[in-house]
This record gives sequence, structure tokens and C-alpha cells, in this order.
Amino acid sequence: MRITLTVNGTRREVDGVWEGESLLYALRERMGLPGSKNACEQGECGSCTVYLDGLPVCSCLVAAGQADGREVTTVEGLSADGELRPVQQAFLACGAVQCGFCTPGLIVSTHDLLERNPQPSDPEIREALAGNLCRCTGYEKIMDAVRLASRAQERAS
Amino acid sequence: MEFLAPTTWADALAAKAACPGALPVTGGTDVLVEINFDRRRPPALLDLTRVAELRDWAPDRGRIRLGAAVTYSRVIDELATALPGLAMAARTIGSPQIRNRGTVGGNLGAASPAGDSHPPLLAADAVVEVASAARGVREVPVAQFYTGVKTNALAPDELIAAVLVAPPRGPQQFCKIGTRNAMVIAVSAFGFALHPDRRAVGTGIGSAAPTPRRAEAAAEFLAGELDAAGLWESRGELPDGLAREFGHRVRAAAAPIDDVRGSAAYRLHSLSVMARRAATWAWNDYRRAA
Ligand SMILES: Cc1cc2nc3c(=O)[nH]c(=O)nc-3n(C[C@H](O)[C@H](O)[C@H](O)COP(=O)(O)OP(=O)(O)OC[C@H]3O[C@@H](n4cnc5c(N)ncnc54)[C@H](O)[C@@H]3O)c2cc1C
Ligand code: FES
Ligand code: FES
Repeated sequence: MRITLTVNGTRREVDGVWEGESLLYALRERMGLPGSKNACEQGECGSCTVYLDGLPVCSCLVAAGQADGREVTTVEGLSADGELRPVQQAFLACGAVQCGFCTPGLIVSTHDLLERNPQPSDPEIREALAGNLCRCTGYEKIMDAVRLASRAQERAS
Repeated sequence: MEFLAPTTWADALAAKAACPGALPVTGGTDVLVEINFDRRRPPALLDLTRVAELRDWAPDRGRIRLGAAVTYSRVIDELATALPGLAMAARTIGSPQIRNRGTVGGNLGAASPAGDSHPPLLAADAVVEVASAARGVREVPVAQFYTGVKTNALAPDELIAAVLVAPPRGPQQFCKIGTRNAMVIAVSAFGFALHPDRRAVGTGIGSAAPTPRRAEAAAEFLAGELDAAGLWESRGELPDGLAREFGHRVRAAAAPIDDVRGSAAYRLHSLSVMARRAATWAWNDYRRAA
């Protein structure tokens, strides 16, 4: 089937979509957007997190057909013209990226958290990132990165 | 596979009648897992996310009518006061991403004994509104909705339209045991409600029987003891040992199994502890509300 959706601000028409396939598969394999990662395909790890109509969701659990006519923002859409956002810079600066597999999902989740709550407490950060698993960092550097991004955004505003 | 995407409730019911094998999909947090892992290949997916009638909630003749496709995130943000037990349960479900998609209708559709909506819906005496193109609307009391392990009372041509819940007349509680504070399927769960208007107690047991179920005898016992001691009116302290005895009786209503998440013995033990705590917390809230 064909689906038409807006991805990172651009209207996309995608043909040959299988009725049972996930939005994650369509993004990675049909739209050339491999930023969102596939690590579990069952909603457990959050590495496939994207915005769907403004809300972070696991794209592995959205049927591609359900995204027809909707608006999707992936991690690729969060850096304007190759410039990294404060959230992305903070992850680099704090060593919150090791193998990097969890990073795109964590960037989207952190971006959403800081939009809603610019100065989150530590428990609020943990709660907001509870759906994103990382096998490498032990999370402390990720916590550092979120705190740094929060401060950086505060200074910038 | 076909992909059916009706935009009205009438079209959705017509599609289900024409193709009873079509698998409804709302948040997809159960359905997509099954498809991704090749556990299910339905002839068609019936996407319900475009049906506006399912996405809203509203007061309806003295009850809250919660559309089947309202997500957990919205239950938490919009219904914490109107559906307190359900909102407490919703806060424990999955992760933010799962709560942004997962729905109460989907939880009822899946009818897992571990579904977290069920204990609070049982405790609050909720009613499930189901509909078909051929026979129209029918209301099923939630306790009769669960018919077996992961099966429910829907006929092949029926869909879940909404859940109907009376606004709370007293405090509600929800407790859940799991290995961490997020992303856990309950080892066991318990929902509790005080209904002072009819001097009754509501209960719901999760993950400790083939279906979600009530602890009827325990609820009657507690309500009767409160009545006998005039406590519904006086709002006095709970007599020593009453909450504990209630916990024991709740445990007696369960029929759990051993599985990877926990042993039957632990489920029974944790249920009696949760029931004691939930009753105590709710009663303390009731006393404070005086
Ligand atoms: C990572 C993860 C964590 C989870 N954690 C929890 C948890 O903590 N607690 C919990 O209870 N569940 C949990 N779940 C399970 C799931 O999120 C819930 O059962 C959720 O309520 C399903 O809602 P949905 O809208 O996504 O359902 P879907 O996947 O769209 O559908 C689920 C079932 O209901 C049927 N259905 C959906 N809508 C209707 C309708 N209107 N009429 C008739 N049938 C319908 C579908 O055909 C399917 O059989 C988790 C799932 C994942 C992937
Ligand atoms: S790949 Fe979607 S949550 Fe893991
Ligand atoms: S950096 Fe490897 S999983 Fe997080």
C-alpha cells in the first residue's frame, strides 16, 4: 500500500508498504532514515523513539499505515542544518554515548522532557527516560548529559 | 493482509462485521509485538485511531464515558480526579512512550490477567460498552467481560466502544508489585475502592488468577465490619487487625500460578500485603476527607 506522511517537515510518499510493517521499518528501510534504531521490536528499549504528532512513541509499535497523514519527527529532524542541538551536544560532552545504539531514542526522549519541563529534578529525569534502555553507560553519564542540556538551554534562553 | 482505516464508528463496525477476522489495532502496543514476532498474521488490521468517537471522554448520564482509544497519558493528565484508581494504575504502565499509545480499550481487548486497568475497573464497578453493526450497543459489567486467559466477552463482530465508570464517592487505591518502577508486567496487583454512598467496598485482583477477578467475600466482610462498628458514619480508626484480616481474605480469593515473574506463594503473600495497605491508605484518606 502507499502511505503519505510528513517526516521531519517534508511530505513523503512511500509505496510498497506491507500492511503489517512498523513505522520504524518504513523509516529505516523505505525512507532512508536509519537514525531510529531497532533493538527489540517490542517496545522495551526505546531506541526507536520518534515523535508522532508531537508525542514520543516507540515507532516499532506503530503500524506504518497508522502514520498515514500524520507528522513524524525522527532524531534526524532534531539537528537543523547539521548543527547539533544543546541536547545532542550535551550527550557528546558528557560521554553519554558509548556504542551509541540507545542514543537516538534518548535524544528524542530528553528533547521531549526538556520541552515540557526545562529544569527537571533527578527523579523526573529517571521517570521520563524509564522507557530508554542503555547497555553501556550505566546511566550516570546520561543523567549528567540531561542536567547539562537543561543548564545550557536555560543559559541560552 | 489488508489495512482497514475507517474514520467513523459506523464504518468501523461495518468493517468488523464484513471481516470478523480483522484484528483491531489502537495503540498497537500489544498487536505490533505479535506481528513483529510473527506470532500473528490476521487477514486484516483494523486501525481504530482515526475514529474520533473513540478518542474522547465525557460525563454521560452520571457516569464518565471513557472512549476505548483514550491513551494512558490522557487518563493520567485529564482524569486523575474523576477516575483516580485507573489513573494510579495508568501511571505504572510501561514507559512514557507506551503510555502515549496504549489505551484502556486495548487493555480490555487483550484481556491479559496482568493488565493493569482491570483491578481498578473491577473495584469501581465499571461497565464495558461494546457494539456491533447488527445488534447495536450492549453493556457488559466488567467482571463478566473477562472470560478466560486472554479472552473476553466480545463476539467476532463486536468492538469495544467505551468504558463507563461512576465518579468516585470515596477514596481509591492501586498497588502493583514488579521488579522495577517502570516497564514491568505486574507480578501481582490490587485495586481497591471505598463506596461510602452504598457502604460497600470494591476490589480487583490482577496477575493472580486466570482472569482479573474480584475478592467478593473479602469485600463483603470488610464492608460489613465497618458497618457493624458504625465506622462509615463515625469515620473512626480501623479496628486492630481488620485490615490484616481483609488482606488474608483477599489472598483466599486468588488462584495464582508459578511463572517467570514470580511464584504462586509470593503472589499470595504480596496480595495480602497490598490489600492490607490499600485498605488502610484508603480508609485514612476517607477519615481525612471528613
Ligand atoms: C514495553 C511494554 C510495556 C507494557 N507494560 C504494560 C503494563 O505495565 N501494564 C499493562 O497492563 N500493559 C502493559 N503493556 C501492554 C499494553 O501496552 C497494554 O495492554 C495496552 O493497554 C494495550 O493498548 P493498545 O491500545 O496499545 O492495544 P492494541 O495493541 O492496539 O490492542 C490490544 C488488543 O485489543 C484489541 N483491541 C484494541 N482496541 C479495541 C477495540 N476498541 N475493540 C475491540 N478490541 C480492541 C486488539 O485487537 C488487540 O487484541 C505493555 C506493552 C509493552 C510493549
Ligand atoms: S526497537 Fe522499539 S522499543 Fe526497542
Ligand atoms: S551507549 Fe550503548 S546502549 Fe547506550
